[in-house]
Amino acid sequence: MNIFDTVGVASYIIVSGILFTIGLFGVFANRKNLIVILMSIELMLLSANLNLIAFSSTFGNLTGQIMVMFSLTVAAAETAIGLAIIMVFYRNRRSVEVQDTMVMKG
Amino acid sequence: MNWTLAIPEIVLTIGGLIILLVGAMQKKKNSFFSSAIFLTAIFIAAGFLTLTNVNGLAYYGLFVNDEFSRYMKLLILIAGLLTIILSLDFNKKNKTTYFEFIALITFSTVGAMIMVSSNNLMSLYLGLELSSLSLYILCAIDRNNLLSAESGIKYFILGSIASAILLYGISMLYGSTGAMEYDNIHKAIVSTNYTNMEFVIGLVFVLVGICFKISAVPFHMWTPDVYQGAPTPVTTFLSTSPKFAAFALFLRLMSGPFGSLSYQWQFLIEVITLLSIVIGSVGAVSQTNIKRMMAYSSIAHMGYAMVGLAAGTTNGVLGTIIYLTTYLFMNVGTFSIITSMTKKGKIVENIHDLAGLGKSDPGIAVAMAIFMFSMAGVPPLAGFFGKFMVFWAVIQVHLYVLATVGIVASVISAFFYLRVVKIIFMDKASECLDHRSLSISFMSFGMGTLTVIFIIFMGPMVHVGKVAAQSLFNLS
Repeated sequence: MNIFDTVGVASYIIVSGILFTIGLFGVFANRKNLIVILMSIELMLLSANLNLIAFSSTFGNLTGQIMVMFSLTVAAAETAIGLAIIMVFYRNRRSVEVQDTMVMKG
Repeated sequence: MNWTLAIPEIVLTIGGLIILLVGAMQKKKNSFFSSAIFLTAIFIAAGFLTLTNVNGLAYYGLFVNDEFSRYMKLLILIAGLLTIILSLDFNKKNKTTYFEFIALITFSTVGAMIMVSSNNLMSLYLGLELSSLSLYILCAIDRNNLLSAESGIKYFILGSIASAILLYGISMLYGSTGAMEYDNIHKAIVSTNYTNMEFVIGLVFVLVGICFKISAVPFHMWTPDVYQGAPTPVTTFLSTSPKFAAFALFLRLMSGPFGSLSYQWQFLIEVITLLSIVIGSVGAVSQTNIKRMMAYSSIAHMGYAMVGLAAGTTNGVLGTIIYLTTYLFMNVGTFSIITSMTKKGKIVENIHDLAGLGKSDPGIAVAMAIFMFSMAGVPPLAGFFGKFMVFWAVIQVHLYVLATVGIVASVISAFFYLRVVKIIFMDKASECLDHRSLSISFMSFGMGTLTVIFIIFMGPMVHVGKVAAQSLFNLS
């Protein structure tokens, strides 16, 4: 018995859409900390993964699930690089506040 | 499975890994310069392998090789190689002679080449991420400089949002067509005339992701800050290689899988094109930092190159290809001169620091004038032919608004390009720029010569470009 028979793919799309929107708002509404932005980006990537898995399960082909494997790997690399860049910024500026990243303007 | 089609990428990847390995094993000696020589060798090897490669599909349709991808790959390889030549003296002066710099340029180039050759949404995403992730680090490579770190953060955050949006778009496309291969997406679209919500969301999100990479308005906010903060050779790389790759992706998607839906996306592309041209040209007028000015100028140039895409014909693709080729020469040449801008060993970036260059170093001043005139689109120089080709293509399909606004904006942009020329030759300087180094002379004169004599090899170039453009339409 497939779980998608009872829940339906539309519910998954709605949940992933909500997660994606929360992530996007997390990036733009957040005025405090750069680490929170990193978490919000992760949320956006994961919402897309949820979509891919739901579609893959309804179509019965594995392409979507393989894609999730790849995108999880990429997300891990992205987070590692993001943290490293934030570390470099902290060493120069002694802060990880969003408003301190506004030296360049114009 | 025909793996030999991807042999240039494989050679570059192995080369990049060797650079990392050798660099990490050497304890005392700095391997930056030996890595640079090694990189030159593998880039030239990859260029030859690309030239001699054959057409076909590889890795179960994940990877495609045709005339178009070979042309774009050569542009990308040339951009990477020129960046390394520029970085030799700059990085020594700036104390950023890390061997990782060379390895990251290699990996970013590999990512860009995979983007060009992608025939599947999966290889599209992975190539794009490989190229972007390397670029995020490259922007922040000057790790004792606050501006470099800040540009790294800005590029990283906005770039990751864009790639998340792209991934969401890919998931929506997969959900509505049930396929990741371009061919199968195309078939699904043709068989069931798609206008449903899912598909449109997917299409638009993928467009947004790619538009971010080529910094088209309204996704251009990061460009001036990142260009200003990143070390100048990185800025050169940033303004050429990933943009060529994203353009190749754009052209392949729009002529292949989404070709039959042109009535849905064409208006969108036209709006983005118009905004890019106008905002790029107007934004550059008020800039005093030359790297910021070049950032807005590159936004406008990407707009002009997109004019060919908006036309949606073979001639349009040809125009875009020729435009990108001329843009490579002009842009790298200009940035090579910006790289050489130092006063008493300190890097300066204000446009007025160029004052008096016409007296102190006439050679480089003339080269800069050539690049500025070419970017403004003055006839015998390379930049004119690129603009001519795209506008010719767009007039053929009767998009007169686009052509008119483009030409008016081109006149506006002439103002800030010619202002640079005026400052170089007419303003008095209190203090001259330092004497240029050998690599800068080589780059600026080489690129200047190419910009001037483009009129001679224009014919063969158009011929090759036409073959490339046609291969794009034949495959779908």
